[in-house]
Amino acid sequence: MPVTDEKNLKVWQRRTPTAKLLHWAGWCIFLVLVLLCWRQVSEQTLWVFLTDAHKQAWDMGGRMIPPRWSYMGSLWIPLWDTLNIATLGTLAAVVLGTPLAFLAARNTSPHPVIRQVALFLIVASRSINTLIWAILFVVVFGPGVMAGVLAITMRSVGFIGKLLYESIEEISNSPVEAIRAVGGSPPQVLTYGIVPQVLPAFVGISVFRWDINIRESTIVGLVGAGGIGLQLDASVNALLWSQVSLILLLVFTLVLFSEWLSAVIRKSVT
Amino acid sequence: MSGSVVYLYFALTTIGLDPERIASGIPRGIEFLRGFFWPDFWTRRSDILTGVIESLSMTLVSTVVGVALSIPVAIGAARNFSHPVVYGICRGIITITRTFPEVMIAIFFVVMLGFGPFAGVVTLVIATVGFLGKLLAEEIENCSMEQIEAIRATGASLPKVIIFGLAPQVFPRLVGLSMYRLDINFRESAIIGVVGAGGIGATLNTTFSRYEFSSAAAILLIIIGIVLLTENISGFIRKRLI
Repeated sequence: MPVTDEKNLKVWQRRTPTAKLLHWAGWCIFLVLVLLCWRQVSEQTLWVFLTDAHKQAWDMGGRMIPPRWSYMGSLWIPLWDTLNIATLGTLAAVVLGTPLAFLAARNTSPHPVIRQVALFLIVASRSINTLIWAILFVVVFGPGVMAGVLAITMRSVGFIGKLLYESIEEISNSPVEAIRAVGGSPPQVLTYGIVPQVLPAFVGISVFRWDINIRESTIVGLVGAGGIGLQLDASVNALLWSQVSLILLLVFTLVLFSEWLSAVIRKSVT
Repeated sequence: MSGSVVYLYFALTTIGLDPERIASGIPRGIEFLRGFFWPDFWTRRSDILTGVIESLSMTLVSTVVGVALSIPVAIGAARNFSHPVVYGICRGIITITRTFPEVMIAIFFVVMLGFGPFAGVVTLVIATVGFLGKLLAEEIENCSMEQIEAIRATGASLPKVIIFGLAPQVFPRLVGLSMYRLDINFRESAIIGVVGAGGIGATLNTTFSRYEFSSAAAILLIIIGIVLLTENISGFIRKRLI
């Protein structure tokens, strides 16, 4: 720790003068960068719109209350669709993601080249957002639940694959060696040595992703991929704010419910 | 078990496939996949460049502002630090901001503030506050109280307790979480453009509606590239700091 001597009084400091200078320079550069970025944003914004923003917000809020309860009748089917998109998408992703995770984990992968391919697939799936996958599948399959399910699946495969392969890599090797030592074949090693160790993580990850997917499935409808997002988009475009507030209330309840359910299931397995 | 089979049956019947529509869609899908092998970075280069710069700017600004705002919310939402009333308010803020997907929040700010990146920045700030507020509050609740008691025992005021007792304990984690959120914000900034909140998402949406699949593929590849890059940089910084 650097010490300076001032009139026989030793003063301790956290950093040497050069380190201090570098530290400040770093913060200054960071600040300049942020300000430059802000300028970029501000140049692209029409600030005139902001002068009446509070009025717009007030007006919108006023139209939202009370929610139009009679609209509820035509929301049950979209709600059911939303739930199905999330659940079927998660199921399909579990089916596809599990083998991918075993191919990608260092200790279970059959070959390094296969491992790299699996890792690439996982990254590619994770890098593209559900909404973008949804746009793509709406182009191919047309608007509807199918596009939503596939979008959720494609995004979730990478998520499940990544978390699962990490937990496969973290398992203890002793049970695996024990099964191998008694002459277990590779499938037996997998069933009795590896699977019991990753099963709790597997359940936890799947349920966690289902919880996230409930949230995602409420928005894929914005690009036409089914679910309650379709109704939301239609209501926003028609400026029917009393319907919008009802949908938001429904989404809020649905998300709280799924969060609660996934917390209960995760607590019971770990 | 039989219950889940029944559910699966009913769920699968809701999918509703239209073979004709799929038959007409598949050539487009193939065309799109072909776009990935011959991505077209050039035709829309100026649009793409503007979009990328806008997305990156939105990401940085919203993360910085969001982190700054999330710190007081997190302290308020930590049970060991805050008054029960403040605790309730801060937890409420966190729950509401975390429940709704970013795109949904963006719709409202686009209506309120007009099209463009500013609506996107506000959306991302709110999402950041919800995310960081929750995780940081948990971190503060797990802090060791001894150091905080020690500072308090010297008669320090609340700001001093926070600066000298709390901040050193949570700072590395705060930096790690902020870097992680920077990642997420970039990904999100790439899609909230779909509803009009600026950034590369707006460009992407335009290319899709014009069926310019090779430009769309180029944008997706750029997004993947930047996501990988930011993920690695933030991973590197997190590893060095913790």
